Amino acid sequence: MSNSDGEPVASAKIKVVARDVNVFYSDKHALKAVNLDVRANEVTALIGPSGCGKSTFLRCLNRMNDLIDGARVTGTIAIDQQDIYLKDLDVVQLRARVGMVFQKPNPFPKSIFDNVAYGPRIHGLAGTGAELEEIVVTSLKRAGLFEEVKDRLNEAGTGLSGGQQQRLCIARAIAVSPEVILMDEPCSALDPIATAKVEELIDELRQNYTIIVVTHSMQQAARVSQRTAFFHLGELVEVGDTEQIFTNPNHKLTQGYITGRFG
Amino acid sequence: MQVLLVLLLLLALSASLYQVGRSRALRAAGGRTGILHSLPSYYGYYVALWCGIPAAILIVAWLAAEPTVLRAMVINVLPAELQGLPPARLSLLINEVRQLASTGDYRFASGPETKAVAEQYRALQGISFKAMVAGMLSLGIAGGAFALRAVRPSFRARNMVEGAVQAFLILSSVLAILITVGIVLSLLFESLRFFAIVPLNEFLFGLSWSPQMAIRADQVGSSGAFGAVPLFTGTLLISLIAMLVAVPVGLLAAIYLAEYADPRFRAVAKPLLEMLAGIPTVVYGFFAVVTVSPFLRGLGASLHLSVSSESALATGIVMGVMIIPFVSSLSDDVICAVPESLRHGSFAIGATQAETVMQVVIPAALPGIVGGILLAVSRAIGETMIVVMAAGLSAHLTANPFESVTTVTVQIVTLLVGDQEFDSPKTLSAFALGLILFLVTLALNVVALNVVKKYREKYD
Amino acid sequence: MTEMVEPLTASVTVAGVNARLRRRYAVDRWFRALGVSAIVAALTFLILLLGTIIGQGYTAFAQSQIRLAITFDAAILDPDGRGDPAVLGTADYGRLIRQSLETLFPDATERAQRRELSRLMSPGADLELRGMLLADPSLMGRTEEIWLPTSSPVDQLVKGHTGRTAEEGGQFTDGELRRIDRLRSDGRLAARFNKWLFTQGDSRQPELAGLAGAVVGSFYSLLVTVLLSFPLGVAAAVYLEEFARQSRWTDIVEVNINNLAAVPSIVFGLLGLEIFLNVLGLPRSAPLVGGLALTLVSLPTIIIAARVALKAVPPWVREAALALGASRLQMVTHHVLPLAMPGILTGTIIGMARAVGETAPLLMIGMVAFVVNVPATPVDPATALPVQIYLWAASPERGFVERTSAAIIVLLCFLAVMNAAAIYLRKRYERRWG
Repeated sequence: MSNSDGEPVASAKIKVVARDVNVFYSDKHALKAVNLDVRANEVTALIGPSGCGKSTFLRCLNRMNDLIDGARVTGTIAIDQQDIYLKDLDVVQLRARVGMVFQKPNPFPKSIFDNVAYGPRIHGLAGTGAELEEIVVTSLKRAGLFEEVKDRLNEAGTGLSGGQQQRLCIARAIAVSPEVILMDEPCSALDPIATAKVEELIDELRQNYTIIVVTHSMQQAARVSQRTAFFHLGELVEVGDTEQIFTNPNHKLTQGYITGRFG
Repeated sequence: MQVLLVLLLLLALSASLYQVGRSRALRAAGGRTGILHSLPSYYGYYVALWCGIPAAILIVAWLAAEPTVLRAMVINVLPAELQGLPPARLSLLINEVRQLASTGDYRFASGPETKAVAEQYRALQGISFKAMVAGMLSLGIAGGAFALRAVRPSFRARNMVEGAVQAFLILSSVLAILITVGIVLSLLFESLRFFAIVPLNEFLFGLSWSPQMAIRADQVGSSGAFGAVPLFTGTLLISLIAMLVAVPVGLLAAIYLAEYADPRFRAVAKPLLEMLAGIPTVVYGFFAVVTVSPFLRGLGASLHLSVSSESALATGIVMGVMIIPFVSSLSDDVICAVPESLRHGSFAIGATQAETVMQVVIPAALPGIVGGILLAVSRAIGETMIVVMAAGLSAHLTANPFESVTTVTVQIVTLLVGDQEFDSPKTLSAFALGLILFLVTLALNVVALNVVKKYREKYD
Repeated sequence: MTEMVEPLTASVTVAGVNARLRRRYAVDRWFRALGVSAIVAALTFLILLLGTIIGQGYTAFAQSQIRLAITFDAAILDPDGRGDPAVLGTADYGRLIRQSLETLFPDATERAQRRELSRLMSPGADLELRGMLLADPSLMGRTEEIWLPTSSPVDQLVKGHTGRTAEEGGQFTDGELRRIDRLRSDGRLAARFNKWLFTQGDSRQPELAGLAGAVVGSFYSLLVTVLLSFPLGVAAAVYLEEFARQSRWTDIVEVNINNLAAVPSIVFGLLGLEIFLNVLGLPRSAPLVGGLALTLVSLPTIIIAARVALKAVPPWVREAALALGASRLQMVTHHVLPLAMPGILTGTIIGMARAVGETAPLLMIGMVAFVVNVPATPVDPATALPVQIYLWAASPERGFVERTSAAIIVLLCFLAVMNAAAIYLRKRYERRWG
């Protein structure tokens, strides 16, 4: 059903490969036979009406679905040719490689510094205090937050504004140097100015990370992504270059959605 | 029992006046019930309330005043030599008279005078009772008649009845305040009498406690010592041991149930844990005495340690077990209130479950957990039956958990069970201890409830 | 990839990260094991406690009894032959028992041996015979085979709680042990259902001590508590939830109620002692006063439970009623209260279950007297079930350990029934508002 699925692109390296992925919540068939390739160092946007399975697919990529009782995933998902659903695969290590940013900013009730240092600390990424500080500062800088918070690193992360909190969460994810960053509607709880900042940031991060972002804003998908995948009722309808999807979709459903006939 | 019959009689009177009021309203409306302001039954209720409430107040006031009045009357008719008795002996005599009069069986009277007085007392009681019933009936009927005069179609009976009901509702909620005021006043009143005999600083900072007052003035050690410090340290020692048991076990149990256990295990284990909280403390006290204390004593003996049979350790451990479900269910509540998004944030970075719990969930829940622990401490300090049964009576100033210590609550019970004389410092000191206990637990509760409330607001 | 991607600094090696990962998982397993062991420890204590109590107490539901052929001899009991209850009430029933025992053991002729014979039986055996004859005067002159209670030492020996020989702590002579063995082999001595435990009041003799007085005392106290704390608690909750506007005043009331719920119960006992006994002059040791004191203890709990139940009723129910022109009170009594009632009742039952086990306030108002009679009214002196446990636990005789445990079993059964009722109510009437 997905017309441009798996289309080999010589120039770009494929980072994530999903083949025949199905997800069941108890009896509900939430995701149906999805095949999708994600290219490295690009932003891939997942769009579709609510309940279409785009968030479910995202949560398969770092196995967050494991945390839901009664959730079952079939099919294969590989990152750099390594199957992440193998029995003896270590979820903890997987999640260090695949970072995630949530819909609502969820900074820990700790200081700004400790929020970013949390990941490096538990994974033992810093040998010394100076190294840890370097990681925190670098991550905050990359998240574009350092200048705003450099004088109050010891204040609570929950005291920041919504947009700052979300960038803090991005810094927190970056600090463990992941290869892939998943973003689940990262701007849906933010005001337009904060949204613009985060979108700018996503575009910059693309150079170093593979980013998959779920969004229900088509403008956002058009602004930040290179590739776009359209989901509907648990199926992947169409995937392609963002420009092509928005100007010349192959599928009627896609066209209906992007022109606002349903959603 | 007679009083119950009187109350039933009043109820019957009110019920019949309800009927009278209701039919008066229907008659006044002349068949067009639409012109009545309220439903006919409200007119009935209005009349019944006017009949019942004043009469009921009369009965309560009468019953409250009767013993005092009769006592004064009986003392007046006593022979002169009995009137001159010291107050304590006089009270005993009056008690005997009341006892005899209540049964009407004078065979066991201590003397012919008591028998005569008791008969007189009984006669007075009979007169008093008849007068009360007569007063109640006339007041009830008068009230009902007064209310009946007001019954007209335009009369807003419903508003009046609802006003009365609302007054009852308000009074009920004020009662909670009155209880607190009553506690403070009664403890303060008796405590002040105590502090008039024993100075406050001697009570608060004295190191020796032996409240047994001498019966004869020349007896050895004739004056009691009222230094409460050994009681405070004893209470703190036992509470500390209890918390050392309850906090780790309760907290770990709560963490396991909230974060690790699968729902089926949780559904079984949680109620079982809460069973520990449902067992009366007197049962724990018995268990401490017959099982835990002898066991620890034997264990101590085999290790060449001298463990008292009323050791603070045994008492504290058993009390700690009693408090486990208290800590675990309060902690479970606050841990479950930590938003799921924080856990997901931590897992998404690649934290293990233990790291998520210890570094994200527990710090987030900490204020609530601390509040719960403070409430548990307040409960340990105020716990009575376990210590009364399992802890010692004599006050030792020690921090050794193998020795026997006594607590504030043990002393309150010991001082007040049995004969009480409300003019001896021995009895009064119990109220001073009660005052301290109330103030300390109140402070703990206020702080703890505030912390928990703030915490709840944060995540609601 | 660009060089920026690697903040992993040189001092951290892949091998180091892997070793660390193993440690992290080990910590996780330990943590989990700690949680399990905490639960296991708590539940072990629960099992130990219940096991000990049941193990010690179940034997008290049986009582060793001896079947004797008793002749209700009119010459001994009623020499005048007038059947005057006063004479029958004070007659020497012990002699009937002694005669019967002496016919069983004709060899016991010496004084010491005869004294040993009378030590077999409980003093309560006399009372048992008196009760039978007063209930049925036609027994006079007849001979009946009757099961009568043994004394506590014999009872404890039969149940195996004490040893036979002096070294094992036994207190019987060889002659006594022979007689006891003969009675057992004849089928005259056996442990039978202990009806006295449920029909008698307290006693200094363990084999005669029963729970009837305590159960009735508890019942009267609880009756008073329910009659007062339920209406008052519901009324206070209704006012606070449905009538009062949020204000400083209601805040004070609310904080005050929450604090009262956490005040030690002994403080309520002190209040009860001061107000009910010293100021109002109500009788000491009476279940009425006990019930009043327990009302003070349980009122805050019931108010809180009732408020929770009222809060759970959705606001549209109120709006719908008010929109039809119902007054506030009609809205509450016709709609809100009926919907909240299962929750309120559940909370009340749980509060009452707590009150049944409450001991300390009852000690304060003097319900610890030694009371033999079963109280007939709520103003008679009485004890309550938990107080009886406290009193028996303080009695040194071996027979009372067994009784205490039995009393605890009875108390726990009452609690279990009440809690089961609460759970049933909640399950049966629980309503989920969509």
